[in-house]
Amino acid sequence: MVAHRSLTQIFVAPLVIAIVSTVGLISALVGDGWWDAVSWAALGLPVLLYLVFIWRRRPN
Amino acid sequence: MTATTKSLRRWGAVHKWTSLICTLFMLLLCITGLPLIFHDEIDDLLHSSVKPAEMPAGTPPANLDHLLANALAQAPGKVPHFLIWDRDEPGAIWVSVGPTIDADPVNNLLIRMDTHSGAYLDSPDVTGRFTYIMLKLHTDMFAGLPGKLFLGLMGILFCVAIVSGIVVYAPSMRKLRFGAYRAQRTRVVRWLDVHNLAGILLVAWTLVVGFTGVINTWADLVLKMWQFGQLAEMTAQYKDRPVPSKLTSLNGAVEVARHTVPGMTPSFVAFPGTLFSSKSHYAVFLHGDTPLTSRLLKPALIDAETGTLTDSRDMPWYVSTLYISQPLHFGDYGGMPLKIVWALLDILTIFILVTGVYLWMRRRKAGVSQERAIANAGAIDKPAFTA
Repeated sequence: MVAHRSLTQIFVAPLVIAIVSTVGLISALVGDGWWDAVSWAALGLPVLLYLVFIWRRRPN
Repeated sequence: MTATTKSLRRWGAVHKWTSLICTLFMLLLCITGLPLIFHDEIDDLLHSSVKPAEMPAGTPPANLDHLLANALAQAPGKVPHFLIWDRDEPGAIWVSVGPTIDADPVNNLLIRMDTHSGAYLDSPDVTGRFTYIMLKLHTDMFAGLPGKLFLGLMGILFCVAIVSGIVVYAPSMRKLRFGAYRAQRTRVVRWLDVHNLAGILLVAWTLVVGFTGVINTWADLVLKMWQFGQLAEMTAQYKDRPVPSKLTSLNGAVEVARHTVPGMTPSFVAFPGTLFSSKSHYAVFLHGDTPLTSRLLKPALIDAETGTLTDSRDMPWYVSTLYISQPLHFGDYGGMPLKIVWALLDILTIFILVTGVYLWMRRRKAGVSQERAIANAGAIDKPAFTA
């Protein structure tokens, strides 16, 4: 538990993730090869973060 | 009650009601959408098809008139509506035929032809396929245009639910770190954390896939708009002309189109009298060769009596918007890894929906309204509630 968080503190991480996701959504439309790879990584990030956050705090 | 609390309660109510109304349909869409991401692979696995003959690179394609005649020989009494180059299999061309030229193309027979030899391959009945049933459930629930527009409305509610979800995320996270998952707590707390975490991580993706899905439900209307707008304009001088008694060479028409729009590749031809053309023209639709421009079509209208070009224009913005929104909804524009990521994101969306319904049911039982729980972020932590 942490002290009261400001709106900026609450939304900075979600905002970064949303921007990265948007880059990922557009990237594969623009080109092939590396552009596709950027897409996989950028859109894979939310999935990866989800797993990390859930697994890290799993009850033993 | 402060103004902020009041406003948060209102957002909470918006989130609750928009979500509740669309959840069941969103679950249907997520579940049917999952196999649709891999529809090509599933079809290949479940259904065998005749392979086109192996040809050395650079083999010229068959004359299209010859190919068309071979296709029509397989379907006596039927008339051609469309000729479609297979996007994924360059060795195959589809001919779509119907009983009459103004019959609904939804019920058309699809004949698969060899691009190079012009020979008949097969004409699979796709309507019994697993992927077809999933597609129908996903696009219109077997209810035609009303079903489609209804699902579009559910999609709009889904988008509103996402936006209001972002607003109510703030009070929920006031005392928690980003990504908090209180693993030791009761299920209602854990599932709230899953709902918040997955919901906020997927915001951009769910909004884009949700909204592009909504745009796709308007495809029929966009087509009508184009028909009465640009297409009518391009063919205005033909309005009162009789239907051509004998059609000029299809192969010639495609050649003229290729020549008119250099650098682009034919995608499909709409025969005179179909939805995509006038009664006097072959409409040859061409596409570019980058991932983006391959989705954008440009029509070249060829006079079906003389075989000469009438007009060729870029399609209007509303048609381009529809075409761009398709890959963004399907996730089929970045190879197999993107499809897998798409599927994982889809599964996480199912988690968001299920945990959302669960939280609503628990709060109802506990007598804590969602609006109050959101306005007073502590409510969910009260021992009386979590015990």
